[in-house]
Amino acid sequence: MKTIFDFRTGDPSGGVFPPIDVPESTSAIPASLRRERPPRIPSLSEPDLVRHYTRLSKLNFGVDDGFYPLGSCTMKYNPKLNEDAARLAGFSDAHPLADASVVQGALAVMHHMATMLSEIAGLPGVTLQPAAGAHGELTGMFLARRYFEKRGDTGRSRILLPDSAHGTNPASAALAGFTVTEIPSDGSGMVDVNALASTLDDTVAAIMLTVPNTLGIFEERILEITARVREAGGLCYFDGANLNAFIGRARPGDMGADIFHFNLHKTLSTPHGGGGPGAGPVAVSERLAPYLPVPRVERGSEGYLLNWEAPDTIGAVHSFYGNFAVILKAYAYLLQLGDQGLLAVSENAVLNANYLQARLKESYRLPYDRLCKHEFVLSGKGLANGISALDVAKRLIDYGMHPPTIYFPLIVPEALMIEPTECESRATLDAFVDAMKRIAEEAKTAPEQLRGAPHRAPVRRLDQTRAARQPILRYPFDETP
Amino acid sequence: MRYISNSDVDRRAMLDTVGLPSIEALFSDISEEVKSRCRPMGLPAKSEFEVARTLRELADANVVDPSGISLLGGGVYDHYIPSVGRSEFYTAYTPYQPEVSQGTLTAMFEFQTLICELTGMEVANASMYDGATAVAEAALLAERVLGRKQVVVSRGLFPHYRRVLDTYCWAARIAVKELPATQEGRTDLANVPDGASAVIVQTPNAFGTIEDLSQVKERLGEALLVVATHPIALGLLVPPGDSGADVVVGEGQPLGLSASFGGPLLGLFATRERYLRQIPGRIAGLTVDTDGNDGFTMAAQTREQHIRRERATSNICTNSALCALTATVYLATLGAEGLSELARINVAKAHYLADRLAALPGCELVFSGPFFNEFVLRVPHDPERVRQGLASRGILVDDPRWLRYLGIHDGLRFAVTEKRTKEQLDRVVEAVECAS
Repeated sequence: MKTIFDFRTGDPSGGVFPPIDVPESTSAIPASLRRERPPRIPSLSEPDLVRHYTRLSKLNFGVDDGFYPLGSCTMKYNPKLNEDAARLAGFSDAHPLADASVVQGALAVMHHMATMLSEIAGLPGVTLQPAAGAHGELTGMFLARRYFEKRGDTGRSRILLPDSAHGTNPASAALAGFTVTEIPSDGSGMVDVNALASTLDDTVAAIMLTVPNTLGIFEERILEITARVREAGGLCYFDGANLNAFIGRARPGDMGADIFHFNLHKTLSTPHGGGGPGAGPVAVSERLAPYLPVPRVERGSEGYLLNWEAPDTIGAVHSFYGNFAVILKAYAYLLQLGDQGLLAVSENAVLNANYLQARLKESYRLPYDRLCKHEFVLSGKGLANGISALDVAKRLIDYGMHPPTIYFPLIVPEALMIEPTECESRATLDAFVDAMKRIAEEAKTAPEQLRGAPHRAPVRRLDQTRAARQPILRYPFDETP
Repeated sequence: MRYISNSDVDRRAMLDTVGLPSIEALFSDISEEVKSRCRPMGLPAKSEFEVARTLRELADANVVDPSGISLLGGGVYDHYIPSVGRSEFYTAYTPYQPEVSQGTLTAMFEFQTLICELTGMEVANASMYDGATAVAEAALLAERVLGRKQVVVSRGLFPHYRRVLDTYCWAARIAVKELPATQEGRTDLANVPDGASAVIVQTPNAFGTIEDLSQVKERLGEALLVVATHPIALGLLVPPGDSGADVVVGEGQPLGLSASFGGPLLGLFATRERYLRQIPGRIAGLTVDTDGNDGFTMAAQTREQHIRRERATSNICTNSALCALTATVYLATLGAEGLSELARINVAKAHYLADRLAALPGCELVFSGPFFNEFVLRVPHDPERVRQGLASRGILVDDPRWLRYLGIHDGLRFAVTEKRTKEQLDRVVEAVECAS
């Protein structure tokens, strides 16, 4: 795979910056502080550079290329208007340390966005600072820690985590200094309420619920679960990665949530960027609002301002105010959708998922056969000739589709976690069903074809074990001159 | 709705396939009690045209005057961004399926290599959220390595980084102790407390001063040396790795990213190979496919949250991948020589302005140490008043609150990039003279 380090670079850069127009002092930086050997950074001519990255972009599969049913990631279409918004010079050139008087537009966006997110969550307090979903989880856990610290209730060290919860949750709880107690699911894929009740005591800080859970199932006893945790003195954290399932129809605050994080790069259509940047705003109940990070955007008599004064705040979780440009894109999306649009999102997301589930369960095992929300989980177990979920995933690439999430959630063996989103047409869904059925058939008739997949990708199946055991993590420059 | 492809006819047919009578039946698992409490926002849908107009009005409400002079800094700088068309990488997710993500993974590998080259380190990850969280994660790495519940931090760390470090360390029950600054504006290393897992310094630091790291590592004992730095300055300065740094972190925004009111940013994180199993975040690695051809994939994943769960090195999942790609393209545009030239221009312009300002009556540089493109000037009057005087002439400098956090009550900080012309800098001198 060709990298920038494999180019023979000719004439070095030049031409980007004008000549220095001020007197230059050679003594400004003592020689002892200057580097002796230059970094090995190639300078590519502009045509070489543009072709290199254009070629690389073609080796990628994005939502703009085709169906991308990556479960729990909500790979919906990213409207182009969002990108235009972020490129407006008034926003892109706004400096975070500029005086509030010259960034009123940016502050207005943040203030309005926080208000809308508060309404969508049904929770009064919002911070826009977290830069990603997991960062929002961590911020939520920090808030829980501060809440109990301020109450002098310091024995609460445990976070309850259903085994159907989102993958980042355990690490987020641990990073905030908590220990994790796993709560099993019952036979219907929902939290085992008896198991929950038996572990609730005064060492529990919070439960982290993923709603709907990673099986795509809505906790039907959600009000009972949150009531029990609250009675035991604990807080209820809702992971918002799956908000697409119920946005506009139900609100976490109405279900007993104290803390809820959004993934703007999932639910609110901002692009994932090949792994980031995202944004993970957090909404909280009244009792947690005093602990939110600073600064907070407020509206004063002379316009919007940043308020740094909050005696009980946890401090800050980001250099400045969060991923403003991402927040702006989500803002553009919300303005376009309005309330009606949000209802259409959850309606079509859930219908698309149920449609796929109904059609695919003829060919694949469906461990939890019931109404799903925005996603569902099939099992690759039982496919002919020991064909695995991994084989199915790689073969889908040959059919021009991005594979679903595989081997998660852990409670389903050979899991294939499928999330179509609201954006896909019935024709696209039918094409996916056809491909999946053909693959199930190939498992019987041509298993080697599947084990060797992908055949039509830029590379064949990659050796992950070698990457783990013999890590080569930077370019192996020829060390001999 | 424009972003939904199905019609009512499709929906009807799909409901039939599912075997449900209505859309409402899709939500029968959410109790009526919950659904009935839901209130709409009262927000009508709008056309793309109307939303575009609203956004333009809001953007125009920000005063970003192309004829104005930005001397704002503190980790985010007004650098020139060369115009290089970039194709569409942005609608892909984390490269969990490497066979269809070679574009993203190749760029990650290039980025990691570039960061190693700049910092003088052996292994870099594919990015963190920003400089502040990179510093905090470095402190947590050190705690995992040495098991000591204390870090020592220079007063010269940006206050907004410090705030994030304090928050993370509070939750992890790690004590944070501070080292004062010298007259030069450097970290006073005379009395480094024992028993720290890390000593965190920044160069160029929040005063703008370049630290001399050559003698630091030997004085720390076992404690890890964590250095926060500025990537463009490294075009010129000794890489922290050559001075024995164990972890190098920083803010990558100067590498071709717009300021965007402070986000998204680009956290840089590099360390020694011996700490590979302790690194937070994603890393791309070179491997082979079944035909024996080279290809990239995510490497050392057993550290990460989706495998190791609560024993992971960090919870980070989504990072700043697209920003890292931008930085990679930026660096490949400049090359080593272009980067070094850029650093030189920054030094020259900043020193030109500093020399002229320091010659004004009542003004002087607060610190005597060498600096890169940012410096603190003592002004004869209330710095907030001087700042407002400058603002009225279209000259923007950092809010003095950030210096007050550092114990400086009579100064203003100026950041000078290659975008500032001599004519603009002369206007700044004139304006400071009037405002003082």
